[in-house]
Formats: sequence, C-alpha cells, structure tokens
Amino acid sequence: MASLTIRNIRKNFGAVEVLKGIDLEARTGEFIALVGPSGCGKSTLLAMIAGLETITSGEIYIGDRLVNAVAPKDRDIAMVFQSYALYPTMTVRENMEFGMQSRGVPKDEQKSAIARVAALLQIEALLHRKPGQLSGGQRQRVAMGRALVRDPLLFLFDEPLSNLDAKLRVDMRTEIKKLHHRVGKTTVYVTHDQIEAMTLASRIAVMHQGEVQQFDEPQVIYDSPANMFVAGFMGSPSMNFIPGEIVSDNGRTAVQVKGVDGPTILPLTASHAARLNGSKQVIFGIRPEHVSRSGIGQKADIATIRAPVEVVEPTGAETMAVMRLGDQEITGRFDPDVAPVMGETITLGFDMSHACLFDPASRRLI
Amino acid sequence: MAEAVYTGTIDREATRANTRYIISRVVIYGLLAIFSLVYIIPLFVVVFNSFRTLPEISQNGLIAFPQSFRLDAWPDAWSTFCIGGNCEGMQKYFWNSVKMVIPATIISTLLGAMNGYILSKWKFPGSEIIFTCMLLGVFMPGQIALLPWAFILGKIGLANSVYGLILVHCIQGISFTTLFCRNYYVSIPDDLVKAARIDGAGFWRIFYKIILPLSPPILIVTVIWQFTGIWNEYLYGVVLNSGTNQPITAALVALSTNGTNVRVYDVMSAAVLIGALPPLLVYFFGGKYFVRGLTQGAIK
Repeated sequence: MASLTIRNIRKNFGAVEVLKGIDLEARTGEFIALVGPSGCGKSTLLAMIAGLETITSGEIYIGDRLVNAVAPKDRDIAMVFQSYALYPTMTVRENMEFGMQSRGVPKDEQKSAIARVAALLQIEALLHRKPGQLSGGQRQRVAMGRALVRDPLLFLFDEPLSNLDAKLRVDMRTEIKKLHHRVGKTTVYVTHDQIEAMTLASRIAVMHQGEVQQFDEPQVIYDSPANMFVAGFMGSPSMNFIPGEIVSDNGRTAVQVKGVDGPTILPLTASHAARLNGSKQVIFGIRPEHVSRSGIGQKADIATIRAPVEVVEPTGAETMAVMRLGDQEITGRFDPDVAPVMGETITLGFDMSHACLFDPASRRLI
Repeated sequence: MAEAVYTGTIDREATRANTRYIISRVVIYGLLAIFSLVYIIPLFVVVFNSFRTLPEISQNGLIAFPQSFRLDAWPDAWSTFCIGGNCEGMQKYFWNSVKMVIPATIISTLLGAMNGYILSKWKFPGSEIIFTCMLLGVFMPGQIALLPWAFILGKIGLANSVYGLILVHCIQGISFTTLFCRNYYVSIPDDLVKAARIDGAGFWRIFYKIILPLSPPILIVTVIWQFTGIWNEYLYGVVLNSGTNQPITAALVALSTNGTNVRVYDVMSAAVLIGALPPLLVYFFGGKYFVRGLTQGAIK
C-alpha cells in the first residue's frame, strides 16, 4: 500500500511555474528523500504535502484519501521544521503536549505518549526546560519528539539538520536513521545535502527546476544517473564529464577524447556499445573513484590515458587530484599511498564498466 | 633602568587618556543635568504652587520657593471648585476620563493585536492594501475626522457621551495599535504558526496559545501609547462633548478660563497635577518596557 501518492502536481506563483508536474509515490514505511539545489521546488512540494501551500493542479493522496482540500491538521501528518519551530513560551513538555491537547487526546494518554517518546529520544531530563535553554542538538531532538508523540501516517522533515554544525549533523543523521528503523513510519525528507539523501533514504527523488529528474533507490541513482544533472549533483567530488567522439578501434567501439598527447582512444564495454544506437558525439562521464593509477588494483575493462597532475588535495583517508585532459579538468580519488604528486604526468586507468555515456544534446544517459 | 623609562611613558599616556576621559564625562553629565533641569523645573513650579497660598503667589510671583505649606488647593481642585458653573471640582471629569481611557485602551489594543496577527500571519490577497490604508490613519490629523465623527455620533445617539468618546478613540487608535503589533508579529517566525496548524490548532488557539504569550513587550508599548494618547487628548473631548460629560483635559482648559478675575494659581496647579498623574504613573511603571518594545518593533 502506498502511504503517499502524488499525481501530476503543479504549482504556480503568479506567472512562475515552480513545480511542473510531479509524480511520486511512497510505499508504507518507506523513507523518501527529496533532494536538489535551492530553488528546485522541494520545500514547496513538502509544504503542499503538509497542506501549508495550495495546489495549483494535480492530486495528493495520503493513504487512500485525496487530501487536496483537507486542512493540515486533518491530514494525519507530523512535520519537523528546519528552524525547529518550537513554541518559545512553552516548556519542552508543553511543546509536545500542544498537538495532543489541540486534538483532545485524553490526559493519561498524553502522559504515556510523552514518556514513551522522551525515553526514545533521551530527552527526559529536558522536559521542564524552555526551548531557549536548549542547545541546537537538543532542540532538534525536541522537534522530532513533538512529531513523534502523535502517531501520524506520514512524517515530513524539512531540512532538519541544516542548522546544526558538521559533527552534530552526522550524529543526528545516524539517529534519524535508527529512529526510522525503529518507528518504521513513512517519511518524506527534504534536503539539499546529497550525502544525507544517500545515507538515509530508501528511495531518492532528485529534483531540479521544478521537475523530478530521477526517482529511484540511492545506489541506482548513483550508478546510473538518468541525466547529467543527477550525475553531477549526486556524489562529491562530482562526476567528471569529458566530451568525446564515437570511433571504431580495430573493430571495437570506443570513445575518443582529447588527451595530453593528442586524441586518446577509450574502448567501451560491450553493453555500452550496444546502447549507443548510432550516436556520434557523447559526453563521457566517470566518477573520481573510478579513476585510478594505471596498473594499481587493475581490473578488466580499464582504459588508459595520460594526464598531468595540477592540484593534489589530501583529505587524510583519500587524496583528490585534479588533472588536465585537453581543455578539461578531471578529478581522481586516490589511496594516499599511491597518490600522484603535483606536476607529475601519470597514466590513469578509467574503469570503463562504471563509466556513463550521455547524449550531449538531451544530456540524458545513453 | 630601561624598564623604568618604559613604564614612565606608559604612565604618561595613561594619565593623559584618563584626563581626557574625565573631562568628556564631566561635559556629558553636565549637559545632561542642564537638560533634565530644563524639563523638571516646570513640574517643580507647578508642584510648589499647588502648596502655596494665593496671596503668597501674587506677592512673590509664580516662580519662587514656597514660604508656606498648605494642602487646601488639592481638595478644592478635586471636589469643590467651580468649573463652568458646576461646583464639584475635577472629580467628575477625572472619572469621565478614567471611564473613557480604560475601555478605549483595552479595546483598541486588543483589536490592534488581532489585526496585526491577521496582517502578518494570515495574509490574504489584498491584505497589504488594507494594511496600507490603515497606515494612512497614522498620518491623518485628528481634525479631519472631527466633523464626520460629530455626524456619526449624532446619528447613533452617542453624542455628548463618554461612550461616544470610547468609540472614537478605539477607531482612531486602531491605526497605531495595528502598526505596532503587525511590525512586532512580522518578526515572529511563520514556522511557529505552520507547526501549530499541523498540530491541530486553529486561528484562535494559535492566537491565544502562541502569539499572545509572545506579545507582552509590544502590548505594554501599545497600552502606554494608547493610555497617554487618549488621556491627554483634548480636541475630541472639547468638541464632541460638553458640560459635565467632558474629559479632564477639556475641564482643565475650562478651569483656566473661568469667568472670575482672580487667577487661582494654587487650585489650577493642583488640578493640573491631578490631571497629569495617571499617565505619569503608567509611564513610571511601564516606561522601561516602552523604550525596549518600541525599538524591538522598529527593527523589522
């Protein structure tokens, strides 16, 4: 059963179309991440699911119920805001009670719900405090607690971690994942952080310019991005894009790119070649981790190319190197032990089985 | 040796800076003291005169230290002095003003809070236009509305009544109270209202439970503003009402222009002080919130 079904949702602000026909579906218990750069419409979409924003056209179902005209309070949802939106004049306990009081939940039920959630989130000691007396991480917990005391059909998270510092963000990310595992509620999670989306979601909807670019499981999105936008947005450092030309090399289909010593031939795998369908020009995409030093950890389907190293950026666990390929810069991710040094020209091995080919005109995956 | 020279220079510099600091403080506090005297002396004059005898005032002049001390002017001003042929002193007019200022302040403040809440948190198409129209009231001089008010109060049977003045001051005050509250509420995050809506709270519950508990700073400002404004208002009081239905400001003027030739400075002084006391008290108790709240509202 689907907990949330979105059909052809559109939203106009005046003449500006911010959502151009969104279709999404969340199965019960699923964790859906809406990810995209700012201004892609993801927060608007969430507000429309919550009922805080009107729908220009299309349909939203929560459970089996069409909720287009249903008030937020009757949608059976709970939401965590980026700003936490804790009521400043109320204690933590009162914050958590407020929703239940509004709905006329019996007193003893309120008590047990708060006790249960406070134990779950380990905020028992904070119940008598005001939000102003809490740290960022504690506020975040309370905001989640306020959502959890009710037993809604749907949880909505609007960039809940973006106000936390880097370390706390990673901790809370793990907590949210654990929490979702324990509670098992359908969740829609808006974020602009692709790592958050990758780590948390069972399925990710990558949004850009008011459209869903791709809606699939994290690994599928990472391995076969539907288009160059998704390929570039997901993954850090992002995928390298190298324009190339399809040629035949001794009977084998290959892509020819500009190298340091003139054109270089990169033989394609059979499955890539089969999908080409007569394309002549392509964008060759390869992720930094599939760029290695030739001869190290060698696998099948390696294409070699020589490139001068321009910048080396050690991060401790791995070392990034920026290399020049024609008029293009490409990034490679190396083991620090075998990382190149600046100024050196090295022979790279591209793992062709993980390469992606895009159509230069439509920018879509071939 | 070198060390000693070094400390010497430091000390000289420090002394010079210190002297400059002391001089600048003396200048600043001296000026402040002069200005406060300028403002406080008239009050002293009036207070002194309310305790002096009339012959002494006419002999030594208005501005002089009291040679005698006597309280007679106060009960006189309060309950027996004749104003416009009515010899009950200020009390009737004082209570008129109290009866007018309390309901008018409460109602206009609550309406302003409500308007501000709607205009900041429940915006609707055209709400900005309505706000702009309400703002015009802030800039409109009271005289413009004088004739329309006289006409309306006559039509609805509230002419020459304290209730009529309550109505006038409620309506006239809404522009200011709405402006204050709306500007304050704009700085309250919208997410609070959104969260409360999802939590199942409606328009009124959000107002009572979330917005009003956050409002004391601005409500104190609005109450002080309205209270002093309405209490001190003279034009409407003197034009729309007459006789014993006038507020204290109108009575004060009547008292100073009464028929007899003798200028009763002692009674006048006492009457003026009686008339000035309520706003002074309100300011005294809420003044620090007033300044704080005004600047808070002004930031956004």
